[in-house]
Amino acid sequence: MKRDEILSILKQALAASQADQAEAVLTVQDEQLTRFANSIIHQNTSQEDATLTVRLVVDQRIGIATTNRLDPEEVVKTVRLAAEIARLSPKNSEFKSLPGPQAILPAPAGAYVGRTARYSPEERAEGVAKLVGKLKGHPVKASGAFSTSVYKLGVVNSLGVEAYTEATRASLSTVLLSPTSAGYADRHGTSAAAIDVEAVAEEALERTLRAQDPQLTEVKEMEAVFLPYAVAEMLDYLGYMGLGALSYQEKRSFMSDAMGQPVAAEGISIWDDGLHPEGWIVPFDFEGQPKEKVALIENGVAMGVVYDSFTANLEGKRSTGHALPQPNGFGPLPLNMVMAPGNATIEEMIADTEDGVLVTRLWYVRPVHPKLTLITGMTRDGTFKIDHGRITAPLCNLRFTSSILGALKEAQLIGFERKLQAGFFGGNLVPALKVRAFTFNGQTTY
Amino acid sequence: MREFTELCLSTAKRLGCAYADIRIIRREQQSLALKSGNVESIANGLDAGFGVRVLKNGAWGFASSRTLTGRKVEEITALAVRIAEASARVKERDVVLEPLPKVEAYLPADCRIDPFHVPLEEKIQFLTQVDDKVRAVPGVTISRATLDFWKERKIFASSEGSFIEQHKVESGGGLEAYAVGENDMQIRSFPNSMGGNVRALGYEFIATLGLLENAERIGQEAVSLLTAKPCPSGEIDIILDSSQLGLQIHESCGHPTELDRVLGTEASYAGTSFMMPDLLGKLQYGSKHVTIYADATIPGGLGTFAYDDEGFPAQSADLVKEGLKEGLFVSYLTSRETAAALGLKNSAAMRADGWGRMPIIRMTNISIRPGTIPFEELIADTEHGLYLITNKSWSIDDKRLNFQFGTEIAYEIEGGKLGAPVKNATYTGMTPQFWNSCDAVADENSWFLWGLTNCGKGQPPQSMHVGHGASPARFRNVQVGVKK
Repeated sequence: MKRDEILSILKQALAASQADQAEAVLTVQDEQLTRFANSIIHQNTSQEDATLTVRLVVDQRIGIATTNRLDPEEVVKTVRLAAEIARLSPKNSEFKSLPGPQAILPAPAGAYVGRTARYSPEERAEGVAKLVGKLKGHPVKASGAFSTSVYKLGVVNSLGVEAYTEATRASLSTVLLSPTSAGYADRHGTSAAAIDVEAVAEEALERTLRAQDPQLTEVKEMEAVFLPYAVAEMLDYLGYMGLGALSYQEKRSFMSDAMGQPVAAEGISIWDDGLHPEGWIVPFDFEGQPKEKVALIENGVAMGVVYDSFTANLEGKRSTGHALPQPNGFGPLPLNMVMAPGNATIEEMIADTEDGVLVTRLWYVRPVHPKLTLITGMTRDGTFKIDHGRITAPLCNLRFTSSILGALKEAQLIGFERKLQAGFFGGNLVPALKVRAFTFNGQTTY
Repeated sequence: MREFTELCLSTAKRLGCAYADIRIIRREQQSLALKSGNVESIANGLDAGFGVRVLKNGAWGFASSRTLTGRKVEEITALAVRIAEASARVKERDVVLEPLPKVEAYLPADCRIDPFHVPLEEKIQFLTQVDDKVRAVPGVTISRATLDFWKERKIFASSEGSFIEQHKVESGGGLEAYAVGENDMQIRSFPNSMGGNVRALGYEFIATLGLLENAERIGQEAVSLLTAKPCPSGEIDIILDSSQLGLQIHESCGHPTELDRVLGTEASYAGTSFMMPDLLGKLQYGSKHVTIYADATIPGGLGTFAYDDEGFPAQSADLVKEGLKEGLFVSYLTSRETAAALGLKNSAAMRADGWGRMPIIRMTNISIRPGTIPFEELIADTEHGLYLITNKSWSIDDKRLNFQFGTEIAYEIEGGKLGAPVKNATYTGMTPQFWNSCDAVADENSWFLWGLTNCGKGQPPQSMHVGHGASPARFRNVQVGVKK
C-alpha cells in the first residue's frame, strides 16, 4: 500500500465523521521472520496486515473503533461504530482537544531501505546458513531469528494534522547453546544488508565458549559491569515505570517527587530522541505530533517526562510527540531513548572491578516496586565472575532484585561505544555501564 | 469459506506440498476502562485474516494476510511454499507429523448472553458504579474498573481432509485501587491483577465476578498497605491464594512441560526447560499432594477448545501425577511434530495467536487437583507464616527453575489465625524443591478457575489466553523477602 492510498483511506474516514473532532490512524505492516533452532530453520513466517484506528470526540465524549478491513464500506462502518461509542460514553471532563498540526521534520535518508523491504526468504535463509556455518567444529547449536519488516504510518485529524512516514527494520539475534553454556549477540538497523552476520556469530560464539562449565557464586550486593544489552533493558523499564507524563501526574513515578533533583550519577544523561541518526527514526507519534528531543535525566538531574496531547493539555503544555496507539491506558512513553556515552572501554570497566560480575543480558525483568524503580530478573546468556580486575570464571545465572535508579546513581564508568537495542516498541541507543553496587539475591544451577 | 480453503489446499498440492493447512479467523474485541470517574477508553476492534502453513521439502513455511480474496489466497499460499523451500535449505531431517484422522465439525460458542449484544449503556453504568465505589474509600488516589470481551470464529482446513469451524466468546472484568504515599505506591486488584478474571463464557460471567461487592474492601486494603509492615526476610511457611498458585503453576509447570521448549526450539526467546526427556517418569517434581494436569475440555476455561490449531481433538492428561508414584513428572504439552519426535501421544496443545501467527505449543488449562483440607483449617493448622494474595510481580529463569514472585498483599499467620497485612511481599525458590515442600492443598470448595490473557511466547511475539484452576496451598520453609 502506497502513501497516497493510505492518506486516501484516512481522509475517507474523516469525511464520514460528523463528530466535533475526528482522528484516523492507519498502520501498515509487512513482517517477515525466519526463526532457527538446533541450527536448522524451524519456523519461517510472513504477515501482511494493516490497522485503521478511528477516534471521535463529541462534546468531550470519546469513541474508538479499529479494523483491519479497509474497503470503503468497512471504513464507514468503523467511523459509525466509533460515533456510537462516543454518543453513549460519559464525558471525560479532563479531555480538552485533539492536537493541531505541527511542523514535522522529514525522516532522514536511510529510515526506509528499499532493498530491505524486498529482502527475500532465500536471503534470510542464506544469512542463517552463514551464521550456522561459522559454528562448524564447535560444540554449539544456534537458535535465533532473522527478521525484516516494513512499517508505514499515516495520521490525519479534523484539526488539520496530516502525517505520513515509512521505515524498514532488520534484526538478527542469536542464542548459541553448548552442553553447559549459552551466549547471545544481536544487531538491529534499518538495512538488512548492513547486518554483519559473521560478527553476530563470532560475538555469540566467543561468549558461549567462554561461558562453559559455569560455577555457583556467593550472592550478595556487588559491583557489576552491564553490557549494552542489559542497559537497554533497564532503560525500557525505567521509561515504562516513570518517564511518561501519566505516571508522573498520577504520582506513581519516581519523577513525581524528584524533578530538578539529582537522581543519578553526574555522568548519566538520557534523552528520548526519535530523530537520532543512529537510532530507529520515528519523526512523529500516533497523534501526528513531531517527536521532540526530550531531556529525561541530564547530568544526573531529573529533567522531564514525555507527553501526549491529553497529558500535555492537563498541564497547559504542548505534546512532545510520544502518544501511543489508541486505546491506551499507559499514557505516553519514551520509546527511543539515547544515553550519553562515556569514555571507558569494557576492558577498562572489568579492570576497574575488584569483586563483581559481568552481565551480558537481563531476562524476565519485572517491576517489584515501580515508584522505587525496584526490579527483579535473571542474568542470561553469558555471566562472568570478575575478581581483581580480571574475568576469572563463568557463573551460573544470577537473580537480582535491585533498583534501576540505584544502579544509575552508582554508575562509575560509562562506555564510549553505544549500541542500538530493540525495545518495547522502539529502540534504545545505549553504552555499557559499570556500577558500584547491585543486589544479587539468588542463582540458578546453570 | 470453503471456496477459499479449497483454493488454498489445491494450490499447495499443485506446488508439491506434502501437507498444508489454512486458518481463516475473524476476531472482535471490545474493551471498556473507567478510571477515577472518567472514561479511560471504550473501544471496539475487528481483526480478520487468514494464515497458510505448508510442509514442502520436509520443512515449514507460513504466510498470512488480512485480505481474504481468491487471488490473495493463491498468492499467499505460493509465498508460504516459497518460504518452506527456503527453510529446507537449512535443515537436518524432514519434519514428521503424528498421524491424524480427518475431522469435519462445527462447534458453537459456550455463551448464554452474547456480550456484543449487551447495550453499551448497561456496561458503562455497571463500571461507573464499581469505579465510584472504589474511589469513595478515603485515601484511594486512583480507581479503575474494566470489562473486556472477545468473539472469534475460526475455520481450519487441512490437506488431510479436515474442515473445522469453532466459535468462542470470552468475557472478563476487574477493578483496581491505588494508594500513593511518599516514596510508596500500593495497588490492590480484584478478582485478580492484570485485568481481573476472564472465562470463555458470555456476559452472564460478569455478574459472578463480585466486583461491586468487593470494591470497598479492595480500596480499603490498598490504603492500609501504605502503613502496613514490610515483608520480612527469611524462611517461613507460606500459603498462596488460588490466583497466585495459578500463576505459579503457569510459570513453573506449564511452561517447562511445553515440549518445543524442551526440544530447544524456543531457546532464542522464551528459553528451554529443566524437564528434559531423560527425567520423564523419573523426576520427583512435587510432593504427594501435587497433581497437575492439562485439560482443554474444562467448561469456560480460556484454554478450552474442541480442536487445537492442527485440528487435533482436545485432550486431558496429567503432567505431574499421583497414583503410580505421587508427584511424578509424567507427560508434556505437545504438537503432532514434537510428539512424533519422542514417540509420545499428542496432547494437542498447538495454538496460534490469531490468523497471522504460526501455531506453537501453548498451555491449555493447567490446574492442580484440590486436596482434602478446607481452607479455614489450612490457616488454622499453620502456626507461623504468611498468606500471599494476588500477583504483583513474576520472574523465572529461562529453564524455569529459579523463580521470584511478589504479591499485592500478604497477611501474617500467627497461631493459626490471620493477622496484620504485610506489603511488598515476595517469595523465591527453585521449582522442584518448592513443589516438594507443598504439604497441603485446600479442598474443592476453594478451587477456582482463572483466565490469563497475556501469556507471551514465540517470535514474532504471540500472546495467548490460558486457564489455571487452583485451590490455596501451603509450602514449608520458603525464602520470603530479599536476602541481602
